[in-house]
Amino acid sequence: MASVKDAVVLDLATQSLRDANAYLHEHAHELSGKTVRILNPAGLHSIAAGANVDTRIEIEGHAGYYAAGMNRQAEITIHGNAGCGLAENMMSGIVRVKGNASTCAGATAHGGVLVIEGDASSRCGISLKGTEIVVGGSVGHMTGFMAQAGRIVVCGDASHGLGDSLYEAILYVRGAVQGLGADAEEQEMTPEDFADLERLLELAGFSHEPTEFKRIGSARQLYHWNPDAAQDY
Amino acid sequence: MCGIVGLLAKSETVRDTLGQLATPMFTCMAARGPDSGGLAVFRDPVDSPQLRFSVFATSRAYDWSVLPEALDREYGSGDGNGHTTFIQPNGNHAIVTACLERQVFRSWLHRFDPALYLISAGRSMDVYKDAGQPADIAQRYRFTDMSGSHCVGHTRMATESAVTPAHSHPFTAGEDFCLVHNGSLSNPYMLRRKLEREGLTFDTDNDTEAACRYIEWRLQQGEELRVALHHAFRELDGFYTFLMATPQHMTLVRDAFACKPAVVAETDQYVAVSSEFRSLAHLPGIEEAHIFEPAPEEIYSWQA
Repeated sequence: MASVKDAVVLDLATQSLRDANAYLHEHAHELSGKTVRILNPAGLHSIAAGANVDTRIEIEGHAGYYAAGMNRQAEITIHGNAGCGLAENMMSGIVRVKGNASTCAGATAHGGVLVIEGDASSRCGISLKGTEIVVGGSVGHMTGFMAQAGRIVVCGDASHGLGDSLYEAILYVRGAVQGLGADAEEQEMTPEDFADLERLLELAGFSHEPTEFKRIGSARQLYHWNPDAAQDY
Repeated sequence: MCGIVGLLAKSETVRDTLGQLATPMFTCMAARGPDSGGLAVFRDPVDSPQLRFSVFATSRAYDWSVLPEALDREYGSGDGNGHTTFIQPNGNHAIVTACLERQVFRSWLHRFDPALYLISAGRSMDVYKDAGQPADIAQRYRFTDMSGSHCVGHTRMATESAVTPAHSHPFTAGEDFCLVHNGSLSNPYMLRRKLEREGLTFDTDNDTEAACRYIEWRLQQGEELRVALHHAFRELDGFYTFLMATPQHMTLVRDAFACKPAVVAETDQYVAVSSEFRSLAHLPGIEEAHIFEPAPEEIYSWQA
């Protein structure tokens, strides 16, 4: 593992991904406060998955599926695009993608912050459980499907089925919404919403005004089975 | 899972090295489809009335030498204008160039040797496909040596019908049309019954063959590809990312759910399509490529 200044360099052109990920896991105590640069990611899957280390991880190119999955503590930046399942089930820390993210970004994620500077594809934040997601561009269909807790901020447009079967996560959209999913509704912004948005936009580095966003939340009509409306299901 | 790949050349350099660039794309996607594989390559067309036929033999050590003679004995050699029958054998695969209509050649081939199987017909398209590991298939048919305007490939992980060479992709229908598929259809038998009533016949019970013949049948009705695909969006039920090719175009569509992945990388040299970016990472100029994920029910078509 070459050390350049204070950065540890893991080059995936010369070492296996398995070894690189094992290094992050096994040397967590030495890496605290340091920077790890992962070179030549070449779209490989599961880069920096399962990291549980208080360090900065810079992925220098496009990542494949499940990049930064299950992340705890680490501040991970992908200098490129990310494939399916980016930061899936992340627990804490910050994951940032400079490019676009494919489907299911932040799926089931529990904590921390996920920033996608470009677009996110379909099902962003599906079954979200607490992570705050900020997308600089637009999101694909079924974003926030069955999201239980956390926030999804969309600075661009949202495709159809937004917030379908939403629980208690809150979605904010700045652009056009092609269509809301079942039981999702536009709701009035509260002072807490403006404060949260301001904090998240600043953290993500976007200069939009919180007042430009609309809030989408659950109408809470699907929480309980209603036998009288069986024909509608 | 399955893997699909496609590469369309925008320059002479890429045309000449099409196989060298596309083969690593194909073998990388073996991780998504380890049980069979295939590649369709589009080259300069043969002169009419000739056609190129890709023929598959079940025996790896098939003796092809008697085939052209037997064909000429029955139909005469060529058209009298210098177009003669010839064969390019490659193990259990051969490309036969002959001045015969597709249906005539097909029925003759079956009479000549039932162990031979016609996998494609057209003036520009050659198809190589087989069961087995994609890396072995690429080596057996020397994919790296191939040149041409564009190619589409497939690595299969079967989920609905048998693993045989005939069930491998690309599927072809009519002439110079092929399709590869990642996904599964839930109404292939409905489509099939509809097409059988129109007089079409099928080689296998594979769902992708139904989609391939359905789209080609619509094209035969005189529809533009875009119109045919809009009908397909309505009539095909299931999951699919389809990559199709004709001598003029390479065309990509995903179903409304877009569960089956695809990524496109475009430069001034080529258009590359794959199920996963990692199989494109080796391409020259990929760092500067315009990379995007195709949207559901959008038609992406590139001119060859």
